[in-house]
Amino acid sequence: TKCVHLPPEVTATSRHYVDRLFDPDPQKVLQGVIDMKNAVIGNNKQKANLIVLGAVPRLLYLLQQGSSSSELRAECAVVLGSLAMGTENNIKSLVDCHIIPALLQGRLSLSACLRCLRTVFISPVTPVQLLYTDPTVIPHLMSLLSRSQRTQEYITQIFSHCCKTPEHQTVLFNHGAIQNIAPLLISPSYKVRMQALKCFSVLAYENTQVSMTLVNVLVDEELLSQVFVRMMQRDQPIDMQLTAAKCLTYMCRAGAIRTDDSCIVLKTLPCLVRMCSKERLLEERVEGAETLAYLMEPDVELQRIASVTDHLVAMLADYFKYPSSVSAITDIKRLDHDLKHAHELRQAAFKLYASLGSNDEDIRKKITETENMMDRIVSGLSESSVKVRLAAVRCLHSLSRSVQQLRTSFHDHAVWKPLMKLLQNAPDEVLVMASSTLCNLLLEFSPSKEPILESGVIELLCSLTQSDSPALRVNGIWALMNMAFQADQKVKGEIVRALGTEQLFRLLSDPDSNVLMKTLGLLRNLLSTRPHIDQVMSSHGKQIMQAVTLILEGEHSIEVKEQTLCILANIADGNTAKELIMTNDDILQKIKYYMAHSNVKLQLAATFCISNLIWNEEDGSQERQDKLRELGFVDILHKLTQASDPNLCDRAKTAMQQYLA
Amino acid sequence: MAELGAGSLLLGDPAFNYQEAELNERLKRLYPAVNEDETPLPRSWSPKDKYSYIGLSQNNLRVHYKGHGKNHKDAASVRATHPIPAACGIYYFEVKIVSKGLDFLSSLLPLSPIPGWDKHSYGYHGDDGHSFCSSGTGQPYGPTFTTGDVIGCCVNLINNTCFYTKNGISLGVAFTDLPPNLYPTVGLQTPGEIVDANFGQQPFVFDIEDYMSEWRAKIHGMIARFPIGERLGEWQAVLQNMVSTYLVHHGYCATATAFARATETLIQEDQTSIKNRQRIQKLVLAGRVGEAIEATQQLYPGLLEHNPNLLFMLKCRQFVEMVNGTDSEVRCFSIRSPKSQDSYPGSPSLSPRHGATNPNLHSAGKGNTPSHLPIHLPSVDSEMEIEAEHYTNGVAENPSARIMNGTYKHQEILQAQDISLEDSCASRQLCGGNQAATERMIQFGRELQGLNEQLCREYGKNVTHKKMLQDAFSLLAYSDPWNCPVGQQLDPMQRENICSALNSAILESQNLPKQPPLMLALGQATECVQLMARVRSGSCSFARVDNFLH
Repeated sequence: TKCVHLPPEVTATSRHYVDRLFDPDPQKVLQGVIDMKNAVIGNNKQKANLIVLGAVPRLLYLLQQGSSSSELRAECAVVLGSLAMGTENNIKSLVDCHIIPALLQGRLSLSACLRCLRTVFISPVTPVQLLYTDPTVIPHLMSLLSRSQRTQEYITQIFSHCCKTPEHQTVLFNHGAIQNIAPLLISPSYKVRMQALKCFSVLAYENTQVSMTLVNVLVDEELLSQVFVRMMQRDQPIDMQLTAAKCLTYMCRAGAIRTDDSCIVLKTLPCLVRMCSKERLLEERVEGAETLAYLMEPDVELQRIASVTDHLVAMLADYFKYPSSVSAITDIKRLDHDLKHAHELRQAAFKLYASLGSNDEDIRKKITETENMMDRIVSGLSESSVKVRLAAVRCLHSLSRSVQQLRTSFHDHAVWKPLMKLLQNAPDEVLVMASSTLCNLLLEFSPSKEPILESGVIELLCSLTQSDSPALRVNGIWALMNMAFQADQKVKGEIVRALGTEQLFRLLSDPDSNVLMKTLGLLRNLLSTRPHIDQVMSSHGKQIMQAVTLILEGEHSIEVKEQTLCILANIADGNTAKELIMTNDDILQKIKYYMAHSNVKLQLAATFCISNLIWNEEDGSQERQDKLRELGFVDILHKLTQASDPNLCDRAKTAMQQYLA
Repeated sequence: MAELGAGSLLLGDPAFNYQEAELNERLKRLYPAVNEDETPLPRSWSPKDKYSYIGLSQNNLRVHYKGHGKNHKDAASVRATHPIPAACGIYYFEVKIVSKGLDFLSSLLPLSPIPGWDKHSYGYHGDDGHSFCSSGTGQPYGPTFTTGDVIGCCVNLINNTCFYTKNGISLGVAFTDLPPNLYPTVGLQTPGEIVDANFGQQPFVFDIEDYMSEWRAKIHGMIARFPIGERLGEWQAVLQNMVSTYLVHHGYCATATAFARATETLIQEDQTSIKNRQRIQKLVLAGRVGEAIEATQQLYPGLLEHNPNLLFMLKCRQFVEMVNGTDSEVRCFSIRSPKSQDSYPGSPSLSPRHGATNPNLHSAGKGNTPSHLPIHLPSVDSEMEIEAEHYTNGVAENPSARIMNGTYKHQEILQAQDISLEDSCASRQLCGGNQAATERMIQFGRELQGLNEQLCREYGKNVTHKKMLQDAFSLLAYSDPWNCPVGQQLDPMQRENICSALNSAILESQNLPKQPPLMLALGQATECVQLMARVRSGSCSFARVDNFLH
């Protein structure tokens, strides 16, 4: 089907090689294959020619043919392996010719076959799923593991390359990968040790089952974690140190090793920091930084230790210096190499900074004080690479948890500008981070709040609340909530108008409780200070009361109900809004119910609400007091003055005083 | 009085002695290249080199502050007994903060008459985490530290940098371009401050050995990748010459010939000369010193006459071998030859003894490891065995007799002897248990005594000779000379020294080098490494000659 133009002379010699594979004399076929082997070694053009001329199906046929001598089959496998070493197109052609089932189904244990299989599988063009389609393949490969160092190397390499998903991990785990591969960690062959180690790193990644099993495995009477620690020794090859550190990192993150275990604190963490040093290759520095970021992400103590280890924070600044100005002029090859890794380096550094600064204020300060740090983040936010943008915004998000940084460096560098730009058009994962950062920038003490408001962000945030992603909906409504906090009437009005009551009430029935909580928070912020309460309630009172009733009747968490009762308390603080409660017997019954609830928080909020309703010095307080007395609230308040909780007791007493005055 | 009591108690304290032993062992392991006779390692704080505000206790390892601590002028410091030797390569010590309020800790100090924290000193402050170098102004460096923290200081004498550690975590380079001869130092400033030093008395919190292993690997990599480039051919010729001359020197005649053939090189000395030397050496190593003397006199007339000291040494050995029952002068009286004594395992071929500086050469070698220094060419072995048979029939009858190229394991030999002793214990008697032989020995002893007196008259008194003679004669004072305080002399191993002395003397008389170039090169490399230590090149610590010998 393909139209290939080959020069006639090339075709002639190549065709001769292929023709000889069809010779009736098996001896001549063997010689033909051997000659072909010698002809293709290191010759990509020859490889392509032979593939086009149909050598592959014939070689596969000879390989599978029962009548072929073992010598012939071995030579065929070598030639196929050689063809696979060529270009990606070669691999594609081989896969198209069904080389994988042919090599697998034949139950061939020849190391040449496995070698060829390995070469095919580690190519990016080969779908890894091909390893799992026939369920007998993996047990068969497991059984071949004991054959020789060669087979061990090839099989473990296939496994480590083809284990990409949790399902793959489970399949390999269920077929005894751990027990079969663990002994290879002390193989005399470095290649075998290395491939076995890589297997464990891919098996343990985010896999609790594997990680929990690994900690109890003994290799030659030594715990696996100790074997990994030995592999991290500083005189071991870098690749081995790094991969062993990954294994321990994944085991730690899966909860199989404690974060304060000395093998993490004194071995894995320092090893990963070393991988970030200038002496390492760019690829190693990227992997080192990413792994370290992952290791310490949930643990503030590890973040603190890493932040003082070997000047890590300053060391990372170097990640932004590629391509260096020197390489541009002197060495075109180096420039190419630098350019290729520059994005990866930057995103890795941002990730690591994000992880370092996620909890500790001192570390955040140290990071922002690193040379040109804020400028780098700002330019990172608008880089073409999504990976870099995401990492930069993650870093910014981590730093935005600092009150001090929000007040100073964030404002000085006007980070809100690129952030807003990022929000206009970005993939969801970037949007989540960016909007989450925006939430922090909209906190009332943030000097960036004003300019952000002026930039017309409300529409954008409202559209986020309509997203399919719960995380985006939370962030959108959260940002609005922060924005409404102590805001003036104009902003509040704008929020209500832009969001629309329909959307507001849709959010109040959102399946995600976080969204519901933040929506209630928004309502509460909207309903603060008396004039605002009355204004909002006069226009949306009916719907709000309905929503409140629904929530108080529904199955919700204590926090949600507490927040709802607080809204009621706010409403009760209004001048005209009060009447919406006083005239609603249903709501009053509910308040009564919550005043006698077993949860103190809910009792407090409900009491607060009543206290606001009966407050003296306000118009019509006498009538409200009388009505509530009739409904039996005084008895309840009286009981509550005996409550064991001091806050509740005080609150009830204050309320009772309103009656006495 | 109480102090005195405490002092003597300390000396006899078994825990202290145990700690001392552990310290010695750890220091030996960490700094194998350091020659403590020349450059002692710091082991404690110096009671002499300290401010009066500083108090020392617990074997001079604990430091406490006893001044007023009002301002910087009250800061006081103490330094270790010795500066850090360059041969450490990488040096490390730790300090544990026992009692809080530590304002600062200065950690390094170059040689200067008075330890002072603001004069050419290098340190790391506990209160602000700053590092300071030479001047009083600090630089932000690391975290602060307080009670319970263990602060370590590592000096890298290869690249002259220093880093600190806190609770086992490296804080990164603090100083570069450090001067030589730094002392571990600690400085305190407020009353109540106490710190404990660990110069190796206890395991370190930081894994310094892991750090060292990285540098060892770096330096070995540097050596392995040392560029040879264009001179590759030249190098090969040099190496071949080294091997060839080594074989010739020790008289591995057939091996040397085979090697020369294979590498197409020439042997300077002629075949007969090599074989003659080989024969004489075999005689000495077989304990037949009398015959060796005769052969030497016959083949190299005048040689021993010109070397009266060598002759005396040989004669002394001959006397010892008579006691042993191996020398031919007494053997002729003996009906059965005592196997245990003449089954010299390395015999009849020479087992060369190497310089005492390279003990590894001797103990770690295995006769059949081809790639290692004592070159072993299996194909030649049988040939040499035949030669051996020709010269010494006494040995050939022993089935365990093997030609050993070069070295062997001492333990193996001793075991072999033990086994043979079990069934022939009775045969190990003076002069083989023969009366006539004993008389001959006594007579020989008198002649030896006479020779010594004659030498004394001609050349003056010689202490070495006197000692040698005394030791040899002392053997007769014991009923079982093999198990007596001077019985060591009877060990066949003792033949090696005299054998190589004789071999060198013969070579010198033929105007040939008395030492093979390989040994010269080895000696030169060893010297070189020692010289590096003296000129403060830290990498010497990881470039040990032993590391390259197997």
